[in-house]
Amino acid sequence: MRLADDERAMLDGEQGEAVAAAMDLLVRYGEVLGAERLVDTDNVCGANLFGSRHSLVCGSPTPDGAFSEHSLDTPRVLPIPPVRAQSYQLIGPMDTKHWQVQGLPQAEHDEIMASEQYNAEHGIHLLNTCTPYQVGNVPLKGEHCAWMESSAVVYVNSVLGARTNVEGRESTGAAMLTGKIPYWGLHLEENRRGSHLVEVSTPVTANRDWGLLGYWIGEQVPEEAIPVVDGVAGAPDLVRLKHFGAAAASSGGVEMYHLPGITVEARTPEEAFAGRAPVERLHYGPAQRREAYEHLNATATDTSVDLVMIGCPHATLGQIRDVVRLLEGRRVHADSALWVFTPRALRHVAEQNGYARALEDAGALLMSDTCPAIGQFLPPGTRVIATDSAKQVHYLPAIMDVQGWFGTLAECVDAAVTGTWRGELR
Amino acid sequence: MSEIVLTGRGLVGGVAEAEALVTRHAISGWGGVEPRTGRIIESRHELVGQSFAGKVLVFPGAKGSSGWSGMFHMARLVGSAPAAMVFTVMNTKIALGVVVSHVPAVTDLDGDPFEVIRTGDRVRVDGDRGTIIVTRADTYRRDPEPSRGHGWAAEQEQDTDGRRCAGPGPGEHG
Repeated sequence: MRLADDERAMLDGEQGEAVAAAMDLLVRYGEVLGAERLVDTDNVCGANLFGSRHSLVCGSPTPDGAFSEHSLDTPRVLPIPPVRAQSYQLIGPMDTKHWQVQGLPQAEHDEIMASEQYNAEHGIHLLNTCTPYQVGNVPLKGEHCAWMESSAVVYVNSVLGARTNVEGRESTGAAMLTGKIPYWGLHLEENRRGSHLVEVSTPVTANRDWGLLGYWIGEQVPEEAIPVVDGVAGAPDLVRLKHFGAAAASSGGVEMYHLPGITVEARTPEEAFAGRAPVERLHYGPAQRREAYEHLNATATDTSVDLVMIGCPHATLGQIRDVVRLLEGRRVHADSALWVFTPRALRHVAEQNGYARALEDAGALLMSDTCPAIGQFLPPGTRVIATDSAKQVHYLPAIMDVQGWFGTLAECVDAAVTGTWRGELR
Repeated sequence: MSEIVLTGRGLVGGVAEAEALVTRHAISGWGGVEPRTGRIIESRHELVGQSFAGKVLVFPGAKGSSGWSGMFHMARLVGSAPAAMVFTVMNTKIALGVVVSHVPAVTDLDGDPFEVIRTGDRVRVDGDRGTIIVTRADTYRRDPEPSRGHGWAAEQEQDTDGRRCAGPGPGEHG
């Protein structure tokens, strides 16, 4: 890999050992990729909140030790300087307000708070969400970014036209300190063209339908595919594309797609394919929709629901208000729980709007910063969960060994109120 | 004893020899593996319940969440990493994953590894030369003392010496 003068200087230690270790990681990583060079980035989203499980496996259980090992892949405990790039903390392990609901011990809470403080002192913005694009980090078309979080990556590549691969903790940690990331994959114009054509012949309107379509596409196309989805009538919105991309990035590895006429880089399918023929044509009709629904509900048999989870990826204010309205005049069943997850910043707004209070009055809870899959927590004794998120129902049963139902928001709220799953695909 | 040699691109240096664990299905890191034991946990994966710890993992590559490297990094720290990795489809998740796993890794082979290697075969992966040497299970299992290469097991023990085991832990990333 060819290094520019400033990059060579970083590697040689001109800016200290931590920056040199960061550059060394980027060089090792870039050479495995086959990247020819690095590219400047001033927009990095990573995950550097550490608790005891991270610190215990380090040589040195200090914040510098944890960052050195887990974020820079070096066993040496290096003093970490303030980050160079604009850097953002993604979703993490703990709701700083409702951590006791998660069942966290005080010591664990204190360790994660210290880690958060360490990030803040280093200039990492505490967005604490899987949806930075909801709360102040909306990259421009063509902007080179280094983001983790597969659902956010597919959103900003496709909907906004920003350029990022799916980065990991170590590459984003290194990018924060250096302002560099390998110039490879989706950073290059020629790699952003469509590859597979998906012709849709069944209505895709509600949020659930977008999750089903995304999940099905992710299962069908190879990891490196860029699907072009044609034939969807009507315009989706942020929530629907959030669900769609998250689903496609969970069942498969979709990092970018084109919805001609809607997403930013293609007005027509022809423009999306840039003159090339599709590698493959796929058809999505009623049978394929049913297949995705059955796959998403494959882990569930018991209709007694212990937890309803809303907000994967993190809920918008609109979704929170929808839950409040669906709960009007009703109450969450004594044997169930209803948790709604949102970015920290939006929880403050939801509190001002009275939504948080309304949820609590109905027996539900508004949480932020985390989710049950990332934080690995559930109400005690939970055996069955329900959610309107294809991503959450894909991951949570595997991670927490529970059954998972997938359906509409209304079906989910109904399950929380009655304690019973009655969802169906019509 | 018949051996099959494939040559490709070495990505991470070092030599390891161990039994192969082969799948034609890409592997999810976060939410797909349990790093404390190296077990695959993705409910609908063909290897669900099996562990890659100490094996030569032969697979197409990485899919799913951006927590892929973090999971394999953690598996290395607790001593449950694969002995080596052989894969076919490059992306950022697998690239970063092999880098932080610190185990020999090879791709771009001059033959189809899924045709050549079966689970249980002995595979020697040379990440410096970019070669793999495959000894079919039906051959080496008749051999009373199969050759062991550079002793990955001893290295793994050294890696875990003095470290405490821990699970994936809250905060690993989607």
